[in-house]
Amino acid sequence: MKPWVKWGAVCVLGVGLHQASAQADPLQVRSWAAGCANCHGTAGIAQPGMESLAGVPREELAKKLLDFKAGRKPATIMHQLVKGYTDDELQQLAAYFAALKK
Amino acid sequence: MQRRQLIQTMVAGSAVGVLGLTAGCASTGGATGPKVVVVGGGYGGATTAKYVRMWSDYRIDVTLVEPNAAFVSCPISNLVLGGSKTMADITTPYDNLTRRHGVRMVRDSVTTIDPDKRVVRLASGTELTYDRLILSPGVDFMWESLPGMAKPGAQDRVLHSWKAGPQTVALRRQLEAMPDGGVYALAIPLAPYRCPPGPYERACQVAHYFSKAKPRSKVLILDANDDVTSKGPLFKKAWADRYKGIVEYRPKHTAVDVDASTNTLKFEFNDDVKATVLNVIPSMRAGDIAVKSGLATANKRWCEVDFLTHESRAAKNVHVLGDSIQIAPGMPKSGHMANQHGKTCAAAVVALLTGGQPNAVPIYNNTCYSFVSDEDVVHVASVHRYDPTQKTMLTVPGSGGVSSAANELEGRYAWSWALNIWADTLA
Repeated sequence: MKPWVKWGAVCVLGVGLHQASAQADPLQVRSWAAGCANCHGTAGIAQPGMESLAGVPREELAKKLLDFKAGRKPATIMHQLVKGYTDDELQQLAAYFAALKK
Repeated sequence: MQRRQLIQTMVAGSAVGVLGLTAGCASTGGATGPKVVVVGGGYGGATTAKYVRMWSDYRIDVTLVEPNAAFVSCPISNLVLGGSKTMADITTPYDNLTRRHGVRMVRDSVTTIDPDKRVVRLASGTELTYDRLILSPGVDFMWESLPGMAKPGAQDRVLHSWKAGPQTVALRRQLEAMPDGGVYALAIPLAPYRCPPGPYERACQVAHYFSKAKPRSKVLILDANDDVTSKGPLFKKAWADRYKGIVEYRPKHTAVDVDASTNTLKFEFNDDVKATVLNVIPSMRAGDIAVKSGLATANKRWCEVDFLTHESRAAKNVHVLGDSIQIAPGMPKSGHMANQHGKTCAAAVVALLTGGQPNAVPIYNNTCYSFVSDEDVVHVASVHRYDPTQKTMLTVPGSGGVSSAANELEGRYAWSWALNIWADTLA
């Protein structure tokens, strides 16, 4: 019995972690991401002079956004905008853009 | 009895126009899907039209009613007055909304809305039926607050240039024709009005032009507000450092009348001001069609909406967005914001027409760049999040801010912002 209980606990913990980083409805994340399109282009493909976000690896984009938020990375405006989002929301946005085609 | 020309016949008639699209787009040609009519092809309406098509996988039929042949951007239009950009720079055709997204463009304006029958009537007499109507009519002016502007010819002589287009060109011509040593006076209405920092950017642009071409001329700002309503310290620094002796700022000057024959502005409490070029931005309210349709329930000026869907609080199946709405606290009336409204509205309309649920947590960001010269820019930014208790959008504490100083790097970002938002809205 004991191993089963242990295994079950791990499973529950695993599910819990998974949900913590993917709790928002995918359509909700899509709408949040569309808010970035004004500067970074529809579906993350930017016009000249701005960085495209489509296809940027998740870890790289998440680190950048969290670094802006923590003041570790200097910016003109991004450090002010990312403070409007929770860390978890920024992680989900990074995952969303990473999955888009370049 | 007049025969009603319903949208079904229009769909059949314009099927050829849809054939060039991909298979997914062309699927709307049958007109069996839900129908959305969008009124107004500005930042709000055009964005909504495009995103309803995209996010419904091209299954919802979208008709966009807009009287103008092309989109002319209010943001950046002050640079046309300053002389560093042209009308061509700020004009974008609507072609891509049709070609890439299958939006049906109808060049017309709406005269009446029947929310019970879900029909809009156009100036041409055509009627369009809808399942959901989206109104993004921008602002119209409260001319009654300036009686002299009703006199014949007054509105041709004293310009507002607060809707980019022919008046932008006409004001630039007035500035070019003005002799050196003249006075350009700009009257600003009490907030709320479209684009809070816009008038102050305009003052910078005209001063920039004067500093190069007519250095003995003056820019006189006559502001009904108690102080500069946006980016105050940054604008005041630009006027003091860059345009010393050219720009004069006078707050608490509420214009109550205009004598266009003498270019004279009359105030509630202050002495009259006579200018060589007089540019009066009148008080404004929601676009005529929204007011006429009884949707402007806030002070008979602005339209109250449910911020989860942008559905009107006064009419079912009718959504209002952009500058026409009663804003949430701290939310500016801006093109950037109208684009953000458009996406929240588009997602909600797609959900409501396909059995889904609107998103529970809309988040808007606002980014607003102002050019203090032809190159240097200052910004203000903010983030707004839906608060389920207060049922409104609230500014997220600690988010947003302004530039530390005017700079050329943000000048490049500002132009890139324009290219990106035009593409996001129209392409």
